[in-house]
Formats: sequence, C-alpha cells, structure tokens
Amino acid sequence: MATQLTDTRSTQTLPQGSISYPFPPRVKPDLPNHDVATLEAYLATAPLEDVDIADPMWWSTDTNHIYFKRLRNEAPVFFTSVNNNRHRGFWSVTRWNDVMAVDTNHQVFSSDAHLGGITLFDMDQDFIMPMFIAMDQPKHDVQRKAVNPIVSGQNLANYEDLIRSRTCEVLDSLPRGEVFDWVDLVSIELTSRMLATLFGWPQERRRMLTYWSDISTSDPELPGAPTKEERQGILLGMLQEFTVLWNDRVNSEPTGDLVSMLAHNPATRNMPPMEFMGNLVLLIVGGNDTTRNSITGGLYFLSQNPGEYAKLRADHSLVDNMISEIIRYQTPLAHMRRTALQDTVLGGQLIHKGDKVVMWYASANRDETVLDKPDEFRIDRARARQHMAFGFGIHRCVGNRLAELQLKILWEEILKRFDTIEVVEQPERVPSAFVRGYKSMMVRIPA
Amino acid sequence: MVKIIYVEHNGARHEVNVPEGENLMEGALQNSVPGIDGDCGGNAACATCHCYIPSEWQAATGERSEQEDAMIELADTAKPSSRLACQIKASAALDGMEVLMPETQH
Repeated sequence: MATQLTDTRSTQTLPQGSISYPFPPRVKPDLPNHDVATLEAYLATAPLEDVDIADPMWWSTDTNHIYFKRLRNEAPVFFTSVNNNRHRGFWSVTRWNDVMAVDTNHQVFSSDAHLGGITLFDMDQDFIMPMFIAMDQPKHDVQRKAVNPIVSGQNLANYEDLIRSRTCEVLDSLPRGEVFDWVDLVSIELTSRMLATLFGWPQERRRMLTYWSDISTSDPELPGAPTKEERQGILLGMLQEFTVLWNDRVNSEPTGDLVSMLAHNPATRNMPPMEFMGNLVLLIVGGNDTTRNSITGGLYFLSQNPGEYAKLRADHSLVDNMISEIIRYQTPLAHMRRTALQDTVLGGQLIHKGDKVVMWYASANRDETVLDKPDEFRIDRARARQHMAFGFGIHRCVGNRLAELQLKILWEEILKRFDTIEVVEQPERVPSAFVRGYKSMMVRIPA
Repeated sequence: MVKIIYVEHNGARHEVNVPEGENLMEGALQNSVPGIDGDCGGNAACATCHCYIPSEWQAATGERSEQEDAMIELADTAKPSSRLACQIKASAALDGMEVLMPETQH
C-alpha cells in the first residue's frame, strides 16, 4: 500500500542566495531568562516547529539533546522553518538509520560548496572555499587520496613516538595543586603541536593554527567575533602565509608533510588559491576542533562518572574501548549537512530538490533504538567502535585513526602520572550547532 | 557452519566457523579475530573490514556493490582483490576460504 506523503515544507524553503548578510534578528522563545533549567523545561514541551535548534543558545547550554530525543521519537525527519530568513529552512535527520541512509547516498545528497556545502549555514557564496569534504565525486576522491597517506595506519606508526614524547612533556609541565584551564594547557596544546607537525608549520607559531581554526568556524554574530569581512581578511592572511610554505615545498623534494603532499600530487598541485585555502581550512579544522574537544570531553565525562573512572584506574586495558566511547559521547562535530540533488523520500517525508538536509550525528549517537542506554557513558560499552561521530560513506573522517592514537596515548600517559584530575566547575561550551566543544574547563591536579 | 580462515598481515591464521548467512565481518568480530574492526556495523559505509580474497575464491564471493566499490576506492591499501568482509555472506561455497587482511584498517 502506498503511503500518502504530505508536503510539509514546500512553501517554507527560501531559495539559495536569498539570504543576505547581516542576517535579520533571530526569533527566540519568549522566556523570562535563558538559564539551563528554563531552557530545558521549554524544550520538553514546546511545539517542535517553534524551535530553531541552529540557535547557539541550545549548544552553549547543552540543552539540545532534549529536543533531539523528542524528534527521534515524534518526528525523526523534520523540517524547521522558524528563522528561515537566516538559514533558508532545513531538514533535521535524527535517527541512526536515517543518518546512515543519507551519509551513504552521495548520489542524491550532495556536499558541493556551490550548493552551500557541509554545514547548516551555507558557505558564503561570494567567498567559496572549495575543499574536498565539500566536493562530490569524482574530484572529491582524487583530492582526498592526495592527503590520505599521511593519516594511514602505516604512517601513523612513524608518529607514535613523537606524539608520546610530546604528551609526556605537556603532562609533566602541568601545575600541581593549582586550578588551570585544561582546554588551554592540554587540549589546545597537544592538538596544535600535532597539527604543526602534519603541516610542517613552525612549532613556535602553532597557536596561529588554533586561531585560524576558531576563526573558520566562528559565528560572526556572536559578541566579540570578527565580522564576515574581517573573517575573510584573516583567512586570506592565512593563505598568504601558507603560500610561502607552498612555494618552498613545491621547489624541493617531497618532505612528507601535508603542504608538500598537496604541492606534489598531480590532483592538487595546480589548485587555484581559494581551493588551497579551502583545503587548509578543512585540514586545520578537521585536525584541531575535533580532537581538542574529545580530549576535554573525556576528562569531563570521567569526572561526572566516578564509577567509570574507578573502572579505568583498575584496568588500564580499557583505554582503547574508552576512546571510542569518548568520541561517541562527545560527537565533536554535531552535524554534517547535504543538499538534495533531486526529489526524494526519507523517513516518509518528501524532500525536494535543493533542500538542505542536516544529519545530526549528535542525535544518532544517542539513538536508543540502536544503542543500549546511549545516554550513559560506559567505557566498557560493547562494540564501542560502532558510533557515528566520524560520519559514514565517502566523506567519513580521514583523520579518525590519528585522533584515536592521540587520545589513546594521552590517556595511557595520564594514568601513569595522575591518580585523579578534578574538574572544579562546569566547563564553558562553544556556542555552535556545528563544533560541539568547550571553550574552557577549569581543573586541578592534587599536589 | 562454514569454515573461514582469517589471515592477519603478519601471517597469523585464525580458523573459525561462521554460521551460514552471516557476513564475514560479523564472523570475525564474534570470534574475536583481530584485524577486522567493522565500525559501521555492516553497511559498506566505512572500510574497516577491508580484506583481500584470493583469486580462486573470487567467483564464489561475487562482485562489489557500487557503495562498497566507492569505499574501497578510497582505501590506500586497495587492490583488485579487495572486498569489504561485511558484504560477503558465509555459504557452503566458501567453506575453507582464506580471507587476507591488510596491515591496518583505516
């Protein structure tokens, strides 16, 4: 029997290019205040169509999961039109199996930057940065393969000693008996050193990579953030600096770093400047935000689950399994977005050609119909590797093995040194529906 | 039961019995064979159950699907004999087959 499809969104989607910057003001729920308890209570009963889950407010307060649980149960493929004069309207896909169906159907669901790319908010169409994650086949495949070898299992073995010695150095330099920011002294420190090595970028200027990563994903409307024009200027400055590196690499023998690989591979050596910049942004953000936030998240989850911390202390061989559980529980990129290339049906909903389809990995990783008690952080979870945080299909995270290696070494070395690390207050979260992470987390290692 | 011999890159052999109809990624996971990860749970959506099928068994294991082919195409250890173990189901015709594994899964 054919199911009757109701078209719930045809009059609600705005065409691409119809949004101009600066965006109109965001519609927000009329609430006495925006503290966590008030927002949680609101999300528990608000009409689903009234909520714009792209609002950073739901992410800085980490209240979004209440809404996603409702979507998974009540409307697993759901169109949001509130605030469509800012984001054009988008489909939220929230169940594991539906996300998997979109992620593995790259023929219908495009990642192309020119259609808006891979994040909920369209890439600036007057400043398109082509990058392989935001390309379709066949160009995606050849560019991805140009950088793939640096993060392959065989090559990672070459980095292991270096990662371990740096991790030891960073951990040994941490203050004892004093409160400090774990994000700054550990998470950012370790990821920026790794990234500088991968790029062959000068170590003493490694925090520039962190800066450019943060700029790339920053929301121009948040207080203190650079405007769109300022951001573009900063990224052009990054391009200029990396062009110096490129010119050096292109005129010498291959050195094995990412810039050298891009400069020598036939698939990438003639990239236009904006495409070089795009791929830099991809590799910097990909190697930075994600691991950084899983490093912070892991410690936070253990501090919130002392029973799990005790299990880990008693059995260090749980580290491998715990790493996958940390990555699932953190899901450092909350979503990836696609654009439908044709009319299609997903979860009983009619999706029109041109529609924006957001795969919420953060929700799929809590799908109670697929995972056993997914809201619990369990370091000995069975089949912990089967999580959604790296995405699936041809755009699956290329650096996943490196991320796992960095986290594994970090936790092995932490366990050798510290019996406990206390999280002294709730971490401050990044206000973003894309980068699901932490700005700071104050901790203390007992003297 | 179908006898499958999983061979690690270092030559270590793991002879296990896989129930007929079960895919060979599950066959490895359920028997704790190292070297097969199966991160996507059997959807040909990653390539962490990447393996090589000896030529004499290729007719019996069939062809790669389009999705499987797309994932294998991106693996840097891909060869013409590459398959994803999750896309091959154990059957009497595969009894005694060797499944060779790459050095690492990615």
